Amino acid sequence: MPCKNCKEKPVITLTNSNVKLCRVHFIKYFERKVMHTIGKYKLLDKEDNVGVALSGGKDSMTIAYLLNEIRKKRKNFKLQAILIDEGIKGYRSKTVIDAKKFCKEHKIPLKIFSYKKEIGSTLDIMLSKTHKKPCSVCGVFRRYLLNMKSRELGFNKLATGHNLDDEAQSILMNQLRSNPEVSARLGPITGIQDNKDFVRRIKPLYLLTEKETATYAFLRKFPVTFTECPNAKQGYRDDVRTLLNQFEKKYPGSKHAMVNAFLETLPALKQHFQDTSEIRSCKICQEPTSKEICQACTLQQELHLK
Amino acid sequence: MPKIFIERQNKTVNVKALTMEEVLEKLNINPEEVLTVKNNELVTLDTKITEKDTIKLLSVISGG
Repeated sequence: MPCKNCKEKPVITLTNSNVKLCRVHFIKYFERKVMHTIGKYKLLDKEDNVGVALSGGKDSMTIAYLLNEIRKKRKNFKLQAILIDEGIKGYRSKTVIDAKKFCKEHKIPLKIFSYKKEIGSTLDIMLSKTHKKPCSVCGVFRRYLLNMKSRELGFNKLATGHNLDDEAQSILMNQLRSNPEVSARLGPITGIQDNKDFVRRIKPLYLLTEKETATYAFLRKFPVTFTECPNAKQGYRDDVRTLLNQFEKKYPGSKHAMVNAFLETLPALKQHFQDTSEIRSCKICQEPTSKEICQACTLQQELHLK
Repeated sequence: MPKIFIERQNKTVNVKALTMEEVLEKLNINPEEVLTVKNNELVTLDTKITEKDTIKLLSVISGG
C-alpha cells in the first residue's frame, strides 16, 4: 500500500490512525505536529532565550534541529545547547561525539558539563559505591545540573526531547506507585512559573511517539548512533515501556489515548496538588529546594562525595 | 534465508521470512521498538524481503 497522500513508498504506519506515509509526507506531518504542540501549549514566546538539553540521542537532536529552524526565522529568539556528561563508559562518550558533530554542522552553541567536575565523580564510580538504581541516582544530579546551568546561562526555558512514550510511561509509573502528586508535575510545560531560581521545561515532542521521533531522526540523517543507555534496562521504566508497547501492539492507539485522557485531567490534578511548600535555599549549595538540604547534596553526602 | 542485523543485541541472525512483519514475529520483537530498514531505506511491515536484501532492525529506544 502506498503513502496516504501520494503514490510513493511509505516509511511508516502511524499506529493511532493506521495511516501510511512516505518520507516527504511524514516529515511534513511530524513538523506540523511539533508546531501544533508549541502553539497549543504556548511553549515558546518570540523573545525567548531557550536552552536545549542535548544528549546526543535522537530525541534531543530532533528538538534541537527544529528549534534551530525556528531561531533562523525569529530575530530575537536565542538558542543554545547544554549537555550533561554523566560519565557512562561506552555510551555517553559516543553520544558526546555525535552531539558535537551535530552542533557544529547546525551552528548551535554547545556547553558541556560533567558529573566528574561538577559533582565530584562519574556516574559509573557512584554506582559502584551504592545499591541504588542507576536512574534514581543519575536523575537527581541531572535535574540539579540542568536547572543550575540553565539559570547561569540565562535561559528562561529549557527544551527537552521528552516524547509521548516517555510521558505515557511516567503517567503509568506514577499510577502503579500511587504517586498522583508526581503526575501533577507532568505535561508539555513544567516547572514553577515566575520563580527566578527555576527554569521552566518545555517538551515540544510531547505528542510524537518514540518511533516517530526515531523515524524523523533517521530520515533527516542526524549523526545518531542508535545506542541506548546501558543502565536503561535495569530501570522500572524499561518494564513499563515493554508493557505499554505490548499493549500498543495489541490495541493500537493506546498510548495516544492514555496521554490525551491525562491531558484532560491534568488541570484538575495540578489544582488539587498545588505545591504550597516554601522554596528556600539549600544550606550547602544554595540551590532552590523545599527542604533544608537539597536532594543532590543529600545524595552526595550518602555517596561520600561531600 | 535473509540475514537480519539486530542493533539492540548487536548481532546478525538468519530468519526464514518473506516480509518484515514475519521477521519481527519470528524474532519476537515488538514493531513499536524498532525501525525496519531494508537496503538502508525505512520500510513498513508489509514490505517483502529476499535473501539478497540487507536488513537492519534499529532500536528506537535511547534513554537519556
